[in-house]
Amino acid sequence: MSRRSAALALIVLIAVVPVLPGVPAFWISLANYIGLAALVALGLVLLTGVGGMTSFGQAAFVGFGAYTTAVLTTALAWSPWLALPVALLVTALAALIIGLVTLRLSGHYLPLGTIAWGIAIYYVFGNMKTLGGYDGIPGIPALSIGPWSLLDQRVSYYLIWLIVLGAMVLTANLLDSRIGRAIRALRSGAQAAESFGVDTARTKLIAFVYAAVLAGLSGWLYAHVQRAVSPSSFGLNAGIEYLLMAVTGGVGNLIGAVIGAAVVTILKDQLQNLLPLLFRGTGNYETIVFGILLVALLQIARGGIWSLIEPYLPARARPAPDVLASATATEAASVPLAPVAAGSRQDTAPLLSADVIRKVFGGLVAVNDVSFDVRPGEIVGLIGPNGAGKSTTFNLLTGVTHLTAGGVRFAGEGVEGLPSRAVARRGIARTFQHVKLIPDMSVLDNVVLGSHIHGKAGVVSAMLRLDRAEEARLLGDAREQLKRVGMADAADKPAGSLALGQSRVVEIARALCLRPRLLMLDEPAAGLRHLEKQNLAELLRRLKAGGISILLVEHDMDFVMGLTDHIVVLDFGTKIAEGSPAEIQVDPAVLEAYLGGIE
Amino acid sequence: MSSSIALLLVQDGIINGAIYALLAVALVLVFAVTRVIFIPQGEFVTFGALTLTALEAGRFPASVWLLLCLGVTAFVLDLARGRTKRALIPIARRFAWDIAAPLALLVLALVLAPMKLGLAFNIAMTLALVVPMGPLIYRIAFEALAEASVLTLLITAVGVHLAMTGLGLAFFGPEGFRAGSFTSLSFALGPLFVTGQSLLVLAVAAILMLALSIFFGRSLIGKALIASAVSRRGARLVGIPEALSGKVAFLMAALIGTLSGLLIAPMVTIAYDTGFLIGLKGFVAAILAGLASYPFSVLAAIFVGILESFAAFYSSEFKDVVVFMVIIPFLLWRSLSGTHVEEEE
Repeated sequence: MSRRSAALALIVLIAVVPVLPGVPAFWISLANYIGLAALVALGLVLLTGVGGMTSFGQAAFVGFGAYTTAVLTTALAWSPWLALPVALLVTALAALIIGLVTLRLSGHYLPLGTIAWGIAIYYVFGNMKTLGGYDGIPGIPALSIGPWSLLDQRVSYYLIWLIVLGAMVLTANLLDSRIGRAIRALRSGAQAAESFGVDTARTKLIAFVYAAVLAGLSGWLYAHVQRAVSPSSFGLNAGIEYLLMAVTGGVGNLIGAVIGAAVVTILKDQLQNLLPLLFRGTGNYETIVFGILLVALLQIARGGIWSLIEPYLPARARPAPDVLASATATEAASVPLAPVAAGSRQDTAPLLSADVIRKVFGGLVAVNDVSFDVRPGEIVGLIGPNGAGKSTTFNLLTGVTHLTAGGVRFAGEGVEGLPSRAVARRGIARTFQHVKLIPDMSVLDNVVLGSHIHGKAGVVSAMLRLDRAEEARLLGDAREQLKRVGMADAADKPAGSLALGQSRVVEIARALCLRPRLLMLDEPAAGLRHLEKQNLAELLRRLKAGGISILLVEHDMDFVMGLTDHIVVLDFGTKIAEGSPAEIQVDPAVLEAYLGGIE
Repeated sequence: MSSSIALLLVQDGIINGAIYALLAVALVLVFAVTRVIFIPQGEFVTFGALTLTALEAGRFPASVWLLLCLGVTAFVLDLARGRTKRALIPIARRFAWDIAAPLALLVLALVLAPMKLGLAFNIAMTLALVVPMGPLIYRIAFEALAEASVLTLLITAVGVHLAMTGLGLAFFGPEGFRAGSFTSLSFALGPLFVTGQSLLVLAVAAILMLALSIFFGRSLIGKALIASAVSRRGARLVGIPEALSGKVAFLMAALIGTLSGLLIAPMVTIAYDTGFLIGLKGFVAAILAGLASYPFSVLAAIFVGILESFAAFYSSEFKDVVVFMVIIPFLLWRSLSGTHVEEEE
């Protein structure tokens, strides 16, 4: 049985459950709650599992959706369907504001912020007279479509699960798109994503608002199914429960959201029957079991229940490469051939020039008024002993670190002070000293991240699959670049399975997807074996012949001397020499820096 | 508002702020050493206060059961994970600490609790029952996750919080309790009415802070904790066992939490979920101090306490909204100043 037929069987099962004879009405209402929770958990999968951000405050967004529609349909007597877009808009707006405040902060501030607002908003709901205080708002109308009222649990069951399935399809579409890849890239750190032109702050905000809107949708449904809202459903504990669902099911997978919602909802129901007998009294005793479950899951199976099931399922079918798309991509990928300087370097205008750049960290001058040029079609090496300031120079040129003084011009335009994604857009692509690939994504998906700036498709077109032509073009382009570096066979392997040398080459392919005019390589030969180094040098020569200029930081002298046209030597942040490899090899200052003085 | 009311509110705020300051310091300590954002910090306040009130009323403190459960779990897990050497003497030693000692406390509590032996006994018993839970929780929930991301550790901490709150409800019931005052001393100071209990809070808070600074500045273990906070790998390389740092940090957090619980038990009615909110206010202070600086945490905590008492004066319903929302402008300022460094995990 393939995955597709397994999914189909699941859908059929969902469809026939309510019409099976003898299914108690109670099960149906439980299934409804599972569906409502699954919507919220789905958003958390995108946010936490895919994007690496965590929110304990999703219940607050459910509350925004629920209260908005509750007020509009009771006090103002709107139709629920008319209230739906408003409810989603209010939720999105709330998420936008909260996201703008917290998302730019690193790591743990977001979850902490969500705890604080989760509590605060609960008190706001509970103390607003217009929202009915702690009693909430009763008498919310049920949904109806034309003459059919959805008052019956069995009817609302179909509506809820239709929406859940729809949300899963749309979310899966989103993940399998340009924006989806950008969200996935967030987890491996913002620096890499920014270096291929992804606006990470905006991408985080997209994921955050998307998750909130799913929660708001769940809230809207909840209000009309439950027909009453009260603050207790939207407090911090509810928010923690949603996260528990996502973690239980498997936070990295959309199916995990449904599994987690089902397990936690059913468990909660059973525990609420059982535990009060045990403890002789009523109360939220189920939190004891939930807490222990959460701790145990994180120790035993961090991937959740889905990670325990998945190995037993048939492997996902790989789509065959789209030959047609590759063919059209070849033209797009061809890089304009720049004239290679044959004679004196001084004849051509520099592509990149560092103009007395300076970086001071506290009292330490890491880069001390360094100037050099990279001319079109050149391979320039930046060398120097450890701590010479090579990596800092690299980061200054690519906008990762900001200059203390000086200027950087690229293709005649000043790029100092620009964020690295803007530098990337101007045609500078880079690789990293410590390989920054996303291990659980395929090589092809990693490489196509590099072409982020060459696509335009947004969230909506991705969800509705209107981006397929562009996707085919980008993927074709990525395959083309993989072929160019000789890694076409590895396209569908997970990036984490590659050897270091292969990973470095894949990073070059990813950089090439940006169609750069300048390629900046940070220690590309480090950790490579002899043969791999030769292949890398060969590749770089080919790229140079194709018109790409290259600036590389490297320690391996054989590699640098045999490959580069021009070398810049740094020592203690200062440029001590510059010239052709032959000149550098006999330069007394360089010899002293590397070998010590000859006294 | 008259100045005497304002003064009163400030006084109130400072006393609550002192408690928040203690909790904030504990949170910063645990986070620095283990990277755990210790959400259950407030549960120690609850357990401390409610164990005390149970003993005071001559009831058997049900928290002993949790201590025993944690001891047994930690003992079994350490054995299963191979952390206890499988030889007779290490196993016997672990057994004595993890299982026999809680059992002895259980018997002691059963026998002595109905005798109402007075405040000193009650405090000592409460500390003996609640404080060891800190390191036990570290061994059970966090030790094996030492290499996990801050996010995973945070979710684990939330799990521990859920379990402990639920158990608090099971042990102590849904009603709130208040302990008798430790001292009946009170006097007027200008327009202010000063109680001995509030002075006690300030004194204990000050002494604890001083003790902490001496601990970190002078003792070898304190320095080892600082070393672990700066670099866990570096600390391991110079021979500081990571698990020891973790256990000590959790022990101190539990001690500070329990003491806070004892101190406020006569001033506030404590129910099974009260401690959580108190702990979170300590959190707000710790966050305002960037989860890093002890002196700033104390200042921020006093600020939170005063803010809370003024907010309560103007609108008691929205006081918690104000306290928890105060971190939003702070976070905004942090994000705009852009001083944060990208986390590599």
